[in-house]
Amino acid sequence: MTQLLLFNVTNGLIIGAFYVLMALGLSLILNLSNVINFAHGGFLVIGGYIAYTITPYIGFWGALLLAPPLTAVIGLAVERVLIRPLYGRDPLYSLLLTFGLAFMIEDGTRFIWGPQGKPVTIPAFLAQPLSNDLFFITGYRLFMVAVVMIAVTLLFLLLRYTRLGIRIRAGTLDLETVAALGINVQMLRSLNFAVGIFLAGLSGVLAAGQLGLEPTMGTGLLMPSFIAIIVGGIGSLPGTLVGGLLIGVASGLTAVFLPAASEAVIYVMMAVVLLIRPRGLFGEEGMMS
Amino acid sequence: MSAESTRKLIALAAIWITLLLAPYWMAPLGGYTALATRVLVLGLAAMSVNFLLGFTGVLSFGHAAYFGLGAYGAGLTLKFLALSTPLALVAGTLLGGVCGAILGTLIVRRRGVYFAMVTIAFGQVFYYIAFQWSSLTGGDDGLRGFSRQPIDFGFFKLDILSSADNFYFFVLFCFALVVAAMGFILRSPFGRTMIAIRENERRSRFLGIPVERHIWIAFTLSCFFMGFAGALYALVNNFADPRGLHYSQSGDFVMMAVMGGMRSFWGPLLGAAVFVVLQDYLSSVTVNWMSFVGLLFVLVVLFFPRGLLGFIQRSKA
Repeated sequence: MTQLLLFNVTNGLIIGAFYVLMALGLSLILNLSNVINFAHGGFLVIGGYIAYTITPYIGFWGALLLAPPLTAVIGLAVERVLIRPLYGRDPLYSLLLTFGLAFMIEDGTRFIWGPQGKPVTIPAFLAQPLSNDLFFITGYRLFMVAVVMIAVTLLFLLLRYTRLGIRIRAGTLDLETVAALGINVQMLRSLNFAVGIFLAGLSGVLAAGQLGLEPTMGTGLLMPSFIAIIVGGIGSLPGTLVGGLLIGVASGLTAVFLPAASEAVIYVMMAVVLLIRPRGLFGEEGMMS
Repeated sequence: MSAESTRKLIALAAIWITLLLAPYWMAPLGGYTALATRVLVLGLAAMSVNFLLGFTGVLSFGHAAYFGLGAYGAGLTLKFLALSTPLALVAGTLLGGVCGAILGTLIVRRRGVYFAMVTIAFGQVFYYIAFQWSSLTGGDDGLRGFSRQPIDFGFFKLDILSSADNFYFFVLFCFALVVAAMGFILRSPFGRTMIAIRENERRSRFLGIPVERHIWIAFTLSCFFMGFAGALYALVNNFADPRGLHYSQSGDFVMMAVMGGMRSFWGPLLGAAVFVVLQDYLSSVTVNWMSFVGLLFVLVVLFFPRGLLGFIQRSKA
């Protein structure tokens, strides 16, 4: 029983780590630009497939380093051409546009790489389980969690100490004042978008190593990321972090006792949070209205 | 009568005549009556979404849930409770509407993108329930094993199962009832208040309008309409599908409303007609129809944000 519990909690944490990476990117874009990026799951898939394509030439480590920035470049181009004209219009339009974009990305990857799942080879020493008792803790899973932790730490350092990060945080609170202070807001939004997409690309590479690749894999991760943001509190990145881990562990634990409800439980959590604390766990008063 | 109201009356007459005669002009143009029926039902759904989006100004991106609930409500009634088409429609409408009313209380305080996010997430709850509870709903395969029943007027039975034309007119009759109700509400003082909230929420609040309660009522009403449309859709297909509750279906409805023109009452119907016919055509000629539908979304947003009717009105002016 203990082992089963441990197994599911570990699983939950690892899934939660994915949610966190996805949700942090979504949250960054949502907070600064008021855009719900429905295509975020699509960018995750793009990141994964880029890794799959370049792994034979530069190996897994090279792909891990190169695929996320390449994804971010694609994201930058998309932001520039498609999303930029929509800032300042009703958020409905960016929502619909990224929604259509998600369709195109899913179908496009299916067209280019085929509908069958693709495996990404990971280094052999990472694929080994650590011990016989804890067969489910492979080196790769620990490695994934470590990468997510490093990425999240770097993101928070970036936001706390660099000029770009400080501007992003200021822009989240009051974009008009930031613009009035002579900061190029368009550029700020583009860079912020690129950071968000970088995180999606990174989760794509990591997910590819663990789960293999499928054109539809991004869609399944999108909804939990939404909920992570709502539970943690819109406008709060630490909230998103906690929210993601929380719903990951909650669905892992539910899988032990009531497997059929393991997906529904995160929605129940959201409903409870909205009832008791409408702004979310770490949300500021008024951010959600 | 002024020229403006004469023009409106003529347009209205033209719409209803086109709809009444659809079974006769669809076939020569290469369509079929069942396609017209589908346009009518999905158009009704898009108009229900627009009741909220275009006239109250709040974006629900999870309305497919109430559509799907209506479909399951009707299907389950026909399968397990009673072989009665009117009862199925009532049950579907109630299921969609009541669920909407309950969730609405949690949702109405949010605004803008956050309203959209919360509605999507709650909509997915119903998708998962329909997907997981296979013993009742048939799970991934959908709910099968029911069919629409003839309408019994006592002295005469209307066969809507085998005659596509009869069924079309039955759906048109239902459509007319709901559209009349919608139009009536929009013309009432309550409808004017909805538009006031859309135009300037803060001002409406200062005028003493209980904004949250009005949005909740509008949301609930549109969920009832949506449930009714969903129940009709179950009758159209004799089938209820969990994908009908999924947020991608909500996206399609919002798209129909935007493509037709969300500031106008009839726009969503036009949008639905274009969308359904286009999707029907694309999926018959290419396997990559998803890309084209996605491209349609992108193009409409970038170049026709006011929709087809908005575009026509603008170029006339």
